Amino acid sequence: MISADIIQIIIYFTLLVALAVPLGLYMHSVFEGKQRWLKPIEGILYKIIGTDPEKEQRWTKYALCVLGFNLIGFLLLYAIMRLQHILPFNPADMGALSPDLAFNTAVSFTTNTNWQAYGGESTMSYFIQMMGLTVQNFVSAATGIAVAVAVIRGFVRKQMDTLGNFWVDLVRCTLYILLPLSFVAALFLVAQGVPQNLDPYATATTLEGAQQTIAQGPAASQIAIKQLGTNGGGFFSINSAHPYENPTPLSNLLQMLYILLIPVAFCFMYGRMAKDMRQGIAIFGAMAIIFVAAFSGTYLAEKAGNPLIADEISQMDGNMEGKETRFGVVNSTLWGVATTAASNGSVNSMHDSYTPLGGMIMLFLIMTGEVVFGGVGAGFYGMLLYVVLTVFLAGLMVGRTPEYLGKKIEGREVKLAVLAMLSMPVGILGLGCLSAVLPIGLESMQDQGPHGLSELLYAYSSATGNNGSAFAGYGAGTFYQNTMLGICMLLGRYAFIIPMLAVAGSLVAKKQTPPTSGTFPTHTTLFLGLLIGVILIVGGLTFFPVLALGPIAEHMAMLKGTTF
Amino acid sequence: MSTMTKEMSLLDPALVVPALKQSFVKLNPAKLIKNPVMFVTAVVALLSTLYTLTGAGGVDQGILFQITLWLWFTVLFANFAEALAEGRGKARADSLRGVKKETVAKKLPSLDSNDWREVSAPDLKQGDIIYCEAGDMIAADGEVIDGIASVNESAITGESAPVIRENGGDRSSVTGGTRVVSDWIKVKVTQKPGESFLDRMIALVEGAQRQKTPNEIALTILLVGMTIIFLIVVATLQPFAVYSGTSIPMPYLLALLVTLIPTTIGGLLSAIGIAGMDRLVKANVIAKSGRAVEAAGDIDTLLLDKTGTITFGNRMADEFFPLSGVGAEELARVAYLSSLSDNTPEGKSIVELAKRKYHITEGQHKRPVAEFIEFSAQTRMSGVNMEDGSEIRKGAEDAILKYVQTQGNVSSATISQCRIIVEKIAKSGGTPLVVTKDKNILGVVYLKDIIKPGIRERFATLRKMGIKTVMITGDNPLTAATIAAEAGVDDFIAEATPENKLAYIREEQAQGKLVAMCGDGSNDAPALAQSDIGLAMNDGTPAAKEAGNLVDLDSDPTKLIEVVMVGKQLLISRGSLTTFSIANDVAKYFAIIPALFLTAYPSLSALNIMGLSSPQSAILSAVIFNALVIIALIPLAIRGVNYKPMSASDLLRRNLLIYGLGGLIVPFIGIKLIDMILVAIGVA
Repeated sequence: MISADIIQIIIYFTLLVALAVPLGLYMHSVFEGKQRWLKPIEGILYKIIGTDPEKEQRWTKYALCVLGFNLIGFLLLYAIMRLQHILPFNPADMGALSPDLAFNTAVSFTTNTNWQAYGGESTMSYFIQMMGLTVQNFVSAATGIAVAVAVIRGFVRKQMDTLGNFWVDLVRCTLYILLPLSFVAALFLVAQGVPQNLDPYATATTLEGAQQTIAQGPAASQIAIKQLGTNGGGFFSINSAHPYENPTPLSNLLQMLYILLIPVAFCFMYGRMAKDMRQGIAIFGAMAIIFVAAFSGTYLAEKAGNPLIADEISQMDGNMEGKETRFGVVNSTLWGVATTAASNGSVNSMHDSYTPLGGMIMLFLIMTGEVVFGGVGAGFYGMLLYVVLTVFLAGLMVGRTPEYLGKKIEGREVKLAVLAMLSMPVGILGLGCLSAVLPIGLESMQDQGPHGLSELLYAYSSATGNNGSAFAGYGAGTFYQNTMLGICMLLGRYAFIIPMLAVAGSLVAKKQTPPTSGTFPTHTTLFLGLLIGVILIVGGLTFFPVLALGPIAEHMAMLKGTTF
Repeated sequence: MSTMTKEMSLLDPALVVPALKQSFVKLNPAKLIKNPVMFVTAVVALLSTLYTLTGAGGVDQGILFQITLWLWFTVLFANFAEALAEGRGKARADSLRGVKKETVAKKLPSLDSNDWREVSAPDLKQGDIIYCEAGDMIAADGEVIDGIASVNESAITGESAPVIRENGGDRSSVTGGTRVVSDWIKVKVTQKPGESFLDRMIALVEGAQRQKTPNEIALTILLVGMTIIFLIVVATLQPFAVYSGTSIPMPYLLALLVTLIPTTIGGLLSAIGIAGMDRLVKANVIAKSGRAVEAAGDIDTLLLDKTGTITFGNRMADEFFPLSGVGAEELARVAYLSSLSDNTPEGKSIVELAKRKYHITEGQHKRPVAEFIEFSAQTRMSGVNMEDGSEIRKGAEDAILKYVQTQGNVSSATISQCRIIVEKIAKSGGTPLVVTKDKNILGVVYLKDIIKPGIRERFATLRKMGIKTVMITGDNPLTAATIAAEAGVDDFIAEATPENKLAYIREEQAQGKLVAMCGDGSNDAPALAQSDIGLAMNDGTPAAKEAGNLVDLDSDPTKLIEVVMVGKQLLISRGSLTTFSIANDVAKYFAIIPALFLTAYPSLSALNIMGLSSPQSAILSAVIFNALVIIALIPLAIRGVNYKPMSASDLLRRNLLIYGLGGLIVPFIGIKLIDMILVAIGVA
């Protein structure tokens, strides 16, 4: 049983890397402007935007374009959700969204969070799903990727002052990477039985004679990009646990591959951009080690099951509560770890029902900023933040001003990195603690004790980390939570992007010192270990106290026979 | 400076007593705010004091009193570390100040006049001319514009043998506070009032004008960032605790905050910086800014003069190469004669070699010497004219050839034979000296550059540290290459001129490298100014001293290597203690978190892996450990982390093992021990 699980994991990981390496090299050529097979379309788009593709931008201009583009996207999305009742393609006749839900959802999809405070099939018309959500699934992902590419340019370019052109990066990413890959996946999903139509919901009579409404719609196209762009916003409420979103083992495999495909490919693209593949492999290695460790931890915790109910329900197959029997522990935990590692909000099992430790590992992956592969682009620039911090500490210990890729890490970079680092604790702890004491926040609490706290922490971590998956069991659909979690998402996205672009803007102008034996190499296993250590210690020191009150307390209590 | 102040022990009461006093003086909030981490600690200590006084903390008063006491100790210990580091500099500064006080200057109205009048040293302006004769203290920094004198510079350098200072050349600079021991000089003042070398040195050793270096600033920002994160962690803990059905007493939260924020490195950071400068001063190097010292650790390329640094200043005769038909002894004899009156080290070495190898003594030569021909820049030869009319000359090949060819009776075979020997010597890195008698070439003396013992190993060390060494020499490329290979330098600049030195530095810098060099002459000034680290020799010209950002009082060019080591050690000490400080937090969490939440979730006591006796004693032990670790690390901060040159990877592995892993483990043991002691003496 376990050996079969291990074989599944090995197949999955091998396929993932085998696909990600060529994709990374391809992405490199896309952002170098070497892929021109859609040149005419590109040209038309640049004309519409009104940008000169040859003209590059400094970090400030780049950041302003990102913010401006996302603001417009947010306003459009907000508007169509508020006007849903008068817009077409609404066969189920759904009404306008409330202002707070529209705000929350619009923020959620523009920040690539895809937190869903609603059920898709009961709230959103086909028009919004296609014209609003799917469009943002593409462009929010493309925004993240573009920002990461710009940040990387800051690290690898020598003595320049520009980071690229945001519009060009956005267009190329969408045209050459996201659209083709989504198209392939959508076709595959349709072949596996995922619906792709504009028909009204079907009504069926069940064996017991009850009437059941069966939701359907243009699902396949949205699911493809929801995974590829680490979005995760399900077409249906229960996301990829829904048989229409994820009907077969093959659809499950494809979706799992798509969740991590671009984030993994980023490592190899980075190696190529840095003209030193070892740098990319080192980062991939650090990510992979944490990923495997996190997966193993969660898997073992779930396999061990819940001792308290072992008498009533067999825990032979592990803790199966909230998991689809067709996926079992292995595919559920792999999905869970992959999505929380990757800032993808999709689920194929209910994280709320995991064992306390299994749930904690996923929660911790989000709390560290989702840098283990991470969201498309976002994970990589998040990792670069940790790299800057690691290099700063390690660099001092070898007696030189810290350098990364030959660039000196100085006061300005440290200041900006620290600023970016603050967004997670401010969002999760700062805003999250209000919900733990304010009556208006406590309304959302559906469970008691440490488990309730875990649910709260998960919600705020998911929002701040732009993950979007929900632990469930937390009534986040209130006016207060919609607003606060919306703020968390904005904080987690832009309070991170802007300092990181500024870091890149500062680094891009620096000279590149050629490495000597006195420079500390950033491609060795030693560096890899140190990087992992810094991620775990920074994350651990920040969140250990609340984790102790949440999942750890729950775990200890479980061992003593108490449940919450 | 060894003669001035003996190395003071850290426990010397003369250091400790004033440092204790300073620990309290430094509680002044205006001073504390410069160190944000310690400022936060002081604020917490103050709040804790208020809770102790009012009894509003909701915890056992006895425990609270102890926590408060230890919180104050944390601040005081950090102040003490800084004061102790400063104290060592102060002792030096005081003795320098003693030098400065009583100086009176003899001011001249003009260079030609000898009609001086006395003015006090502080009244001297730039451009004034002063007269200094035997016994006078030189009142200000300046340049000798007339005369020659021997000067005792022991007040500055600690070296008691007097040095010659004269106008013109590279030995024209004098320093205020030194004493003329013989003859007289006229000195043009080059300093502004109050900005003399001595003033700068005093300010430097006192740390009065100490500004934070770039890496120190960056590190401070990181520490502030961590402090903010822990502030958020601790401030939000109460709401989460309230939700969990418990309320954490405020004093405990405050204690948690102090144990988490990086007080260890925060408390020792400035001590490390001050002590680093002090180590440099002890090596007799004066840095014009801390920035320069720190940058020294980053050096990629080191430019060193061949002469005096890599080789002994003078070449030694090693062998005689006679032309065919000339006996070796004959050549040795002539060379000996030509050098008898030659007082240069080269000349002496020829006499020495002839005596040693061919037992030629003065007694064998009764033929009187009529005239000594001294070396001149025009002829580039030296020699003797004998009474019997014969002419003996020795000199560089081209000069000799020009000289013998005036006669026209030198066969081309002789010339080509001579040239072969000359080239062979040049190729092996030596200097050929052609010897003639009556315009006949007899042979060639092989003058060898003697590489200083141990220098090759030093270069190997530097290479391990990732530093490229470049030899600067006036030799031709062939000779330079041979010496470079022998000495083990990575590159060389042959036939060096100020221009090509400057060009080399610029080229390295364009590749993003940091370049260090040392120099003494005025023609070194542009290169010294261009390089990132310029180490000027104290006996050099004022222009060179002005251009460099470090001055070596011993005028020893190999000092650059020491400076690099001090710079690296400074950064390593900071990085290592930061890592140690952060790693410590893990153990502190395991001590305090179970203690805080014991009432809410008794099962969390499983996290109390140290088995601390009670929640109160756990918190108190963590606070005490946090304070004591500062004291325990003061010697390390002041002496600097032990640094042996090795590759960056090895260095990192070693320091991570000691300070990273050590930082994880040590507090577990320390806190447990303190807990056991507290229980044993019954205070917790």
